[in-house]
Amino acid sequence: MRSFQIFLGILAVLLPSFSWADHPRPWQMYYQSPVTPVMEHLYDFHLTLLVIEGAIIFLVAVLLIYVIVRFRASRNTAPSKVAHNTLLEVIWTAIPVLVLVFIAFPSFKILYMMDVTPKADLTIKAIGNQWYWTYEYPDHNIHFDSNIIPDDQLKPGQSRLFEVDNRVIVPTHTNIRVITTSSDVIHSWAIPAFGVKRDSVPGRLNETWFNVNKEGVYYGQCSELCGVKHGFMPIVVEAVSQAEFDKWLASQKNPTQAPHAG
Amino acid sequence: MSYALTADHAHDDHHPIGWRRWVLSTNHKDIGTMYIIFGAFGAFFGATLSLLIRLQLAHPHGTLLSGNEYQIYNVVITAHGLLMIFFFVMPVLIGGFGNWFIPLMIGAPDMAFPRLNNISFWLLIPALILLTLSIVVGSGAGTGWTFYPPLSSIGQPDAAVDFMLVSLHLAGASSILGAINFITTIFNMRAPGMTMHKAPLFVWGILVTAFLLLLAVPVLAGAITMLLTDRGFGTSFFEPAGGGDPLLFQHLFWFFGHPEVYIMILPAFGIISQVISTFARKAVFGYLGMAYAMVSIGVIGFVVWAHHMFAVGLDVNANAYFTAATLIIAVPTGIKIFSWIATMWGGSLTFETPMLYAIGFIILFVIGGVTGVTLANAGVDISLHDTYFVVAHFHYVLSMGALFGIFAGFYYWFPKMTGKMIPNWVGNIHFWMTFIGVNIIFFPMHFLGLAGMPRRIPDYPDAYSGWNMVASIGSVLTFSAGLYFIYIVFYAFKWGKKAPANPWGEGATTLEWTLASPPPFHTFETQPHIT
Repeated sequence: MRSFQIFLGILAVLLPSFSWADHPRPWQMYYQSPVTPVMEHLYDFHLTLLVIEGAIIFLVAVLLIYVIVRFRASRNTAPSKVAHNTLLEVIWTAIPVLVLVFIAFPSFKILYMMDVTPKADLTIKAIGNQWYWTYEYPDHNIHFDSNIIPDDQLKPGQSRLFEVDNRVIVPTHTNIRVITTSSDVIHSWAIPAFGVKRDSVPGRLNETWFNVNKEGVYYGQCSELCGVKHGFMPIVVEAVSQAEFDKWLASQKNPTQAPHAG
Repeated sequence: MSYALTADHAHDDHHPIGWRRWVLSTNHKDIGTMYIIFGAFGAFFGATLSLLIRLQLAHPHGTLLSGNEYQIYNVVITAHGLLMIFFFVMPVLIGGFGNWFIPLMIGAPDMAFPRLNNISFWLLIPALILLTLSIVVGSGAGTGWTFYPPLSSIGQPDAAVDFMLVSLHLAGASSILGAINFITTIFNMRAPGMTMHKAPLFVWGILVTAFLLLLAVPVLAGAITMLLTDRGFGTSFFEPAGGGDPLLFQHLFWFFGHPEVYIMILPAFGIISQVISTFARKAVFGYLGMAYAMVSIGVIGFVVWAHHMFAVGLDVNANAYFTAATLIIAVPTGIKIFSWIATMWGGSLTFETPMLYAIGFIILFVIGGVTGVTLANAGVDISLHDTYFVVAHFHYVLSMGALFGIFAGFYYWFPKMTGKMIPNWVGNIHFWMTFIGVNIIFFPMHFLGLAGMPRRIPDYPDAYSGWNMVASIGSVLTFSAGLYFIYIVFYAFKWGKKAPANPWGEGATTLEWTLASPPPFHTFETQPHIT
């Protein structure tokens, strides 16, 4: 995968617009920069796919252009009668099979890695509601609602449609299990930079996990149509150091200092 | 393949006149014409809604469809999807071109069940009326075209969703009856000497499509009925509070929904094969491989449905299976792409409008196909599910696959159906406008999806505004290409030169080109003998 990263580095120099970050940037053309091991794998694997698929599109385009130029009626007045070639047909069946097998193995590896939650140090419950999220930290007896900040209350520097009043706070370098469900219709809890997306289905507990390796604020949006304000229930996760997280936990446990908690 | 014709051409051309000719029609050509006109109406209805969507999303803070707390936006995207699928692509490809050309290509006098054919068409009229009502009744049906419960049950209690569901019931019944008709016609009414392995590939395309409809649509009908009783009669098939399961609906829906996407593309595959063979002046390369590639796409299409549900929390082994099964579809699709290129290889190519659309189809379908391979991987799909990347993918295979197939077929058969020629340069301008327009709309959507923009949101964070603006510009260009297309049809009827029986030369070998343009009201009353 090293070569792809070099390739990407070259692209980044050539194309200033080809930038990535923990939140989307104007004219962004690829993933946000990955901050979890899962997303790092997805990022590289998708680059592999792009190279393979780019080669396929290139091959078809070259063949089409060649055929259009070489076999136009003005250059080739007598059409050939050939309509079969068993060897050729076997080849263009077998080679795609090999390419797909080449894709499938890393694909399965990532899939199983994403699915199996490693031993989690912290559990967060994300409950979808029309149209806000409720978060619970069952180990610490914390729960709060997370609502979008309307346009007219945004402070300078906050992103419209992305900012919420109460962020999910998590420590970095920690395995975090997310349990998600819904109190009404289906929602979906997603953070692109984490490679996490899990539907919040009423009557079910769905599980996913992440482990953030960089401090920062990460933004996502509800990813399943859930009614009129589907586009207005963002998800914000703030990853902080363990010390800061402990401080935040302490402040949450004292209800007088945290009016929004509970 | 070449078909020697021994039928006499002295046909009886009497037909009913006035409204009886159309309302009581049992003639496959008249019914096909009505389907095409109906589909064109659906197309402009759906395209207008898509233009509204793109205008709403042209810049952040869009207010065009923000009424009723953005419910209007959700209603418009729902109606856009349903109209394009059920009232444009399916009626034109299957009901329109299928009705017109299946009997002509197999040398049959008409469809097997002409009256069934009549009811198949006329069921669509109340279906479209009900769908239109679902837009305007109450606050409208804003569930998305997939209408997942509980959003479509407890989430949208007013009658609009019921209108939408009954509309789909009617459209589904129409499709099932049509499918029975096509299967019976193709199996039983081929001219003497035309074995299945001599039938043109468009016939194979429609045959496989008809089987998919026959097996998939009843499952949709079941799911719709259960949803209707959940909504109206207190059942709880999909209601967790009563022991039901919202994901059961998704399984049923996509068991129909995935074959449905092949229903929309297989007839287009057939048309592209006819067009390329005609303008390359060569028989289709690897004919049997092409036919059975379509059959295998149809069969595999039934066992991949949960790749639409990778994010719902299925068992990981199920996700792995659906990844593998979905990847396999790339193999028969690849066979088709390479066989089309091999058909052109060594040919004597000319580039009339239908051929331009066919070549455009190949390259755009490959782009849509490879992003399909990306999305087939359950892991990668988690990062892209319900983002604009998916919107880009399925519009590349449908808005460019099915649509380009329809335009290729329309320009190819227009002289046959109407007896009028469309000048090449007029059609070629339309091709280039459409080709450039759709790429400007949908290519940037890949970037938006990768950057994380979710589908079906009526307003977006400001960072996404650049590519959204580009897509909206493309939408205006594509829509003006559509308006120009109306003018083309008008122009051809008014000033088009009279079409000969076979305007495309020696490459057009199927039976419809042995008939006059337009063909007489009754054709092949004596079946031709195929040698």
